[in-house]
Amino acid sequence: MTAKTPSKLEKILAAGHYAVTSECGPPRGSDPAGIVEKAELIKNHVDAINITDNQTSVCRTCSLAVCIRLKTMGLEPVLQMVTRDRNRIALQSDILGAAHWDINNILCLSGDHQSFGDCSKGQNVHDLDSMQLLQTVRQMCDEGKFLGGDEIKRPPQMFAGAAANPFADPFEIRVARLAKKVKAGAQFIQTQCIYNLDKFEEWMQGVRDRGLHEQTAIMAGLTPMKSAGMARYMKNRVPGMDVPDEVVQRLADTPKDKQAEEGIKMCIESIERLKECEGIRGFHIMAIEWEEKVPGIVEAAGLYPRPEV
Amino acid sequence: MIVGEQKALEEIWESIKDHKKVLVFGCNTCVAVCQQGGNKEAEILASMLRMKATQNGVDIEIKDSGIERQCEHEFFEKTEEEVDWAEAVLSTACGIGVQFMAEKYPKPVYPGLNTTFLGAVEELGIYTERCQACGNCKVGKFGGICPVARCAKRVLNGPCGGSTNGKCEISKDVDCAWQLIVDRLKLLDKLDTYEELTPIKDWSTDRAGGPRKLVREDVQHDS
Repeated sequence: MTAKTPSKLEKILAAGHYAVTSECGPPRGSDPAGIVEKAELIKNHVDAINITDNQTSVCRTCSLAVCIRLKTMGLEPVLQMVTRDRNRIALQSDILGAAHWDINNILCLSGDHQSFGDCSKGQNVHDLDSMQLLQTVRQMCDEGKFLGGDEIKRPPQMFAGAAANPFADPFEIRVARLAKKVKAGAQFIQTQCIYNLDKFEEWMQGVRDRGLHEQTAIMAGLTPMKSAGMARYMKNRVPGMDVPDEVVQRLADTPKDKQAEEGIKMCIESIERLKECEGIRGFHIMAIEWEEKVPGIVEAAGLYPRPEV
Repeated sequence: MIVGEQKALEEIWESIKDHKKVLVFGCNTCVAVCQQGGNKEAEILASMLRMKATQNGVDIEIKDSGIERQCEHEFFEKTEEEVDWAEAVLSTACGIGVQFMAEKYPKPVYPGLNTTFLGAVEELGIYTERCQACGNCKVGKFGGICPVARCAKRVLNGPCGGSTNGKCEISKDVDCAWQLIVDRLKLLDKLDTYEELTPIKDWSTDRAGGPRKLVREDVQHDS
């Protein structure tokens, strides 16, 4: 595999290394200090940093602005882009805006429904869906054309990715759905947080049976649990999340002041186990408002130092 | 059919209370099926408004009437006199009927219903949305189930990651349209077609293209 874009993430994957990414949420205000601090905490331990796009439908500083901030810090952003809030004009325009700043990674998503956020009475757009956004990105990059067919001067160079949730229903089409995303042009995949490793490995078996792991770079998504309470919340309240009882139990059996430490330990164990899973090309560590723990996890999982490419 | 839901009495009262002669005007086809806004319901609403007027000590004359459909000219002929009598009309038709009536008569016409959706009668008292009139029907590709009307994100290549136990991420009371589609495709032995990418949709036939009009020259009256 050779890299087709200037994306550092793509180059690391192409060189056969495990890639490591993390994510940061933009602030609910205009002060850049917090996000700069978060990025500083993790920058030496990850290859690229996803910047979320109004996650859980709560208004925040836009992903593109924060991605530009990371670029000015010399870091590698992954622009997350949801189809909930913008039509095809705005999406293409923001893709060009990102390319203007030589942002080379994009993650195409549909986005949480707006009813979860602080604008539950607002409209949603969904002019395109996440797969059609992927197709749009690839057309703009590979053919140098807008959706309308006109030529783009200096087309974007983007490593285009998508999310996959092996745990959502219906399970029987979850492999087929990945195949569809690959067909739509997904060059990398970041999965939903994995807690049910048995089910994840079953999905990966299906992925390998169809050779999909050779057509896209699958990065396993992980979020360390801070407490038994968080595990229960994720299990019961977060759509599409699969947290087995034994995960909740193990944390509940740990004294309260040691639960965070146990959660980190479980995350590292998951990475170690997933390294044995053929087709896993990297790890996407989403430590929600817990960025300071990322370096320790990366080091303990034997993923440090990060390769130079 | 068009499903509607009667507005709160207080909101209706606020709209008509300053008039002296009000006609509550029913529409006896679509909305009447869900027992809202039909001629019978217009009669009941008129008597509730009369009581409200008495309670509030407001001098207002309220009559009721109705026709089969407020969206076609010919039905209005037999009620011309009643409409002429009224200073204002409270129409309990869907939004189409309310506007059509307003265009016909130079007097205030107020809506008595909220037009909720295009739906079906699942069972008596339960009506559910089926169509958003996007103007470019593709349900044949989706096993007969419309993701535009029935998926909260109108995802054409679904399901999204929020589908759990057959339900949508927005509510445990809402079926995941894509679970229904997958189940149907399986039933029809067409699950292999699931992997065909649905192309980017042309929304110009939808609301996006502006108000829509259909002209059938072949059925127009000779003038």
